[in-house]
Amino acid sequence: MSSTFTHQFDTALFKGTITVNTGLFIDGQWVDSVSKETIDVINPVTGKKLTQVAAGDANDIDIAVKAASRAFKTSWGLKTPGHQRGRLLYILADLIEKNVDAIAATEALDAGKRFAHAQREVQGSVDVVRYYAGWADKNHGKTMETSEEKFAYTRHEPIGVVGLIVPWNFPFSIATWKIAPALATGNTIVLKQSEVTPLSALLLAALVKEAGFPDGVFNVIPGYGSTAGQALIEHQAVGKVSFTGSTFVGRKIMETASKTNLKRVTLELGGKNPVIVFDDADLDQAVKWMTFGTFFHSGQVCAASSRIYVHEKVYDAFLERFVVAANSIRQGDGFREDADQGPLVSQTQLDRVLGYVESGKQEGARLLAGGTRSEGTGFFLKPTIFADARPDMKIVREEIFGPVGVVSKFKTEEEVLELANDTQYGLAGYVFTQNLNRAIRVSSTLEAGSVFVNSTAATAPQVPFGGFKQSGQGKELSEYALEAFTQVKAVHINLGMTL
Amino acid sequence: MAATAQISVPGTDRKITVSTGLFIDNQFVPSVDSKETIECINPATEEVLCSITAASVKDIDVAVASARAAFNTTWGKNVTGFERSRLLNKLADLIERNAQELAELESLNNGKPVRLARDADIVDSVGCLRYYAGWADKITGQTIEVDNKTKMAFTKHDPIGVCGQIIPWNYPISMWAWKVAPALACGCTIVMKPSEFTPLTALKLSELVVEAGFPPGVINTVPSLGSVGGAAMSSHLDIDKVAFTGSTVTGRKIMAAAAMSNLKKVSLELGGKSPQLIFESANLDEAATWAAMGVLFNTGQDCCAGSRVYVQDKIYDKFLPILVEKASQLFVGHGFDEKSGCGPVVSKVQYDKVWSYIEAGKQQGARLVLGGEKRTEKGYYVDPTIFADVTPDMKIVKDEIFGPVLSVGKFSTEEEAVKLANDTTYGLAAGLHSNDAGQCMRVSSALEAGTVWINQYNLLNNNVPFGGKKQSGIGRELGSYALEEYTSIKAVHWNYGEKLDWPL
Repeated sequence: MSSTFTHQFDTALFKGTITVNTGLFIDGQWVDSVSKETIDVINPVTGKKLTQVAAGDANDIDIAVKAASRAFKTSWGLKTPGHQRGRLLYILADLIEKNVDAIAATEALDAGKRFAHAQREVQGSVDVVRYYAGWADKNHGKTMETSEEKFAYTRHEPIGVVGLIVPWNFPFSIATWKIAPALATGNTIVLKQSEVTPLSALLLAALVKEAGFPDGVFNVIPGYGSTAGQALIEHQAVGKVSFTGSTFVGRKIMETASKTNLKRVTLELGGKNPVIVFDDADLDQAVKWMTFGTFFHSGQVCAASSRIYVHEKVYDAFLERFVVAANSIRQGDGFREDADQGPLVSQTQLDRVLGYVESGKQEGARLLAGGTRSEGTGFFLKPTIFADARPDMKIVREEIFGPVGVVSKFKTEEEVLELANDTQYGLAGYVFTQNLNRAIRVSSTLEAGSVFVNSTAATAPQVPFGGFKQSGQGKELSEYALEAFTQVKAVHINLGMTL
Repeated sequence: MAATAQISVPGTDRKITVSTGLFIDNQFVPSVDSKETIECINPATEEVLCSITAASVKDIDVAVASARAAFNTTWGKNVTGFERSRLLNKLADLIERNAQELAELESLNNGKPVRLARDADIVDSVGCLRYYAGWADKITGQTIEVDNKTKMAFTKHDPIGVCGQIIPWNYPISMWAWKVAPALACGCTIVMKPSEFTPLTALKLSELVVEAGFPPGVINTVPSLGSVGGAAMSSHLDIDKVAFTGSTVTGRKIMAAAAMSNLKKVSLELGGKSPQLIFESANLDEAATWAAMGVLFNTGQDCCAGSRVYVQDKIYDKFLPILVEKASQLFVGHGFDEKSGCGPVVSKVQYDKVWSYIEAGKQQGARLVLGGEKRTEKGYYVDPTIFADVTPDMKIVKDEIFGPVLSVGKFSTEEEAVKLANDTTYGLAAGLHSNDAGQCMRVSSALEAGTVWINQYNLLNNNVPFGGKKQSGIGRELGSYALEEYTSIKAVHWNYGEKLDWPL
């Protein structure tokens, strides 16, 4: 008993039909929420409603957690050996790959992405799922030497039911970043996707079912953070929450965890990521990477290169080129060939970013590009550049999460490193220089979980990603992500000690 | 111009087509300078299945050149872990798709039951390829803190290079998978010499290598006599590593040749005379089952066959008849008979060898409690044979027989059991059966073997390493450990802050 959303695409970049179940996915079934409430899904390009999905709340979370608990004890966890868990993940990856275009179209429609970007992200998700499929039977513990009287070893066990809370900027990708290591290590899942972009996770659920995962292993509850999200974080039977979103909400999650069952928490939070462009940088390349890093997905990226420090020798030249690049970004519907960039995801986001733009103007930063809404419908903001920013400005200190680059000047390496590290955040850092010794020195000094030299964020499944300081705790991607979903048990077998 | 043979599948009107040339650079080709062929015999019927091209020394050169070129251009560091993973998974899928035909061909050439080839050997081989596909993009080195002010150090796990792989005739498909999977996962290229007794499935698998999409030269298949191709590979100056599974005698030659040529890296999986210990607390029925299986699986043609069983004296008289009964339950028959639990031994040479040991056992005074009679029908059949009351000096106790011939002895104490078990130059595997946990730990710790089974035997898993101590071999296969055999560590020291005081 579930309704579906069907949408026909007849665009230059994609023609076809998508069908998405719009219920909650619990225990292998599509169901309405207990309350029968729904959430409207808005198209950010037009501002109009696309459909509605069931809205889960605490009751639905409880039902889902019970199903996940049961599955963990009976058909998943250590009941299904690693190589079989891996096999199912490979099958899931194949199914995602088979359906790349339909998933990408759904994602682009729901989140306001360019279709081509969504395709790349979904293909990237295939790689991530395959990568973790390979880990499923390789999560080794250790045997360690103590004495002849004791045999000691560790077991790397799954935690149990894990709660995954994913955001609206990369809905499908980030969901797969979390579910792949969680499932590979034997955990069962209750996933709450963002109420703003619920559709692609529902497609993922359908594919998980088709792949043959046992019922209850993967459950999806679209809902609001304050209701469904809160219930998941509070739940006594959920052993771990992995969250990607704002630092503000991340704090509440940690607090709630501490007040309930001390569940373990992985947080991927905000960033105010510094870019340092030295005078020997390849300026053309730096501008290209910056344009990508600052304006990609309208700057709604936790690792966006939003705080840019340029050496005084090349400051003007950089700005000139950066402004040209920003002004040549064409905005529009992501299914058009002539659009490079889509809208912000919602009215709320647009209003927030406009607020920062205002503050930048008021605090005296020099506006060189953009700064206003684009004409027409949809939540479009023109690519915006502020120059001559000072460290005390709001636009320098706070995460904007919009297509706004904030540029400042520096003289010396020591000075810029201090400026770069002068932030509560620590997600990513970017260095542009041709001097490799300097690149190594600077990357060693930047207080960030990922440092990119001569590029902006291009993650790879084998390389960990996660922030220092208030950008979060824990890592995603790579082998390190397994630790987030594993608990270590030490076993001591007495071979000869007697009392 | 691929020369092929058509091999009939018994009980059907199907034929299996096998290319009979050498597989080099993704193509089947004739020898460059030789007309030598190898006859492939069906051990159940003693008849010739077909003849295939035998690689000469020059052909080995051509194959190595092909593997080297691929390593330098399309494989090695020129291919990502993801791509290697994708191709290995694809190959696994294709083998799974063709399991029935491959099992039939394996049975025809090796004698083992089709059902076991398909449901055991091939299932495990597919799993092995998938297991290593999962490792291909996870080969990590270390970054190492030296002095943050001056230097950054890190290691890279490079692929070793061109690997010569020499595999035996007892598990042709499985041994192929055990070698191919980790080597390719790490980025190495391969010159593969299957056994001259059982080359057919390696040639058939080569077709799937092409279908999967591996670039030419990544795997080359060159059946040949050990004394020709195997020797050439062991002493080849452009092979970086040789991996061999086979007899200890040949293993020695390979290591010597490697040393005298280019000090190529060597890994060896050699023979064994693996013991199983039955302690008085064991569940006798289960222990007897594992003991029978341990020496009879694959008609005893198993490097880790549990060919010696030592029974605690208190339960000896009770255990022996149970063991004899279990062993006689196994139906030794034709590979295409669904009832068969194992088939004939692989060749006339093996058949004669095994029978000579049976005769030696009789002559040296061991008590024959099962078998010992030759069949009259065609086929290299040896029925389960058990000698009891053996003593350590007997040939059947010391030498590896590689057939369904079990020696059973007695012990009193745990210490004596361990001593008897370890009294061998081999060290491949061992089994112990006991319900005393402390004893299980003590004895498994004391046994000098690369694999110890407790209350089990012979069942391996792709993610658990396998290999010998002592003269049973060097290196490990399966598990993460196999990766070490195919990687070569490079340490990089990157100075960015240290100037040298000169002169010193």
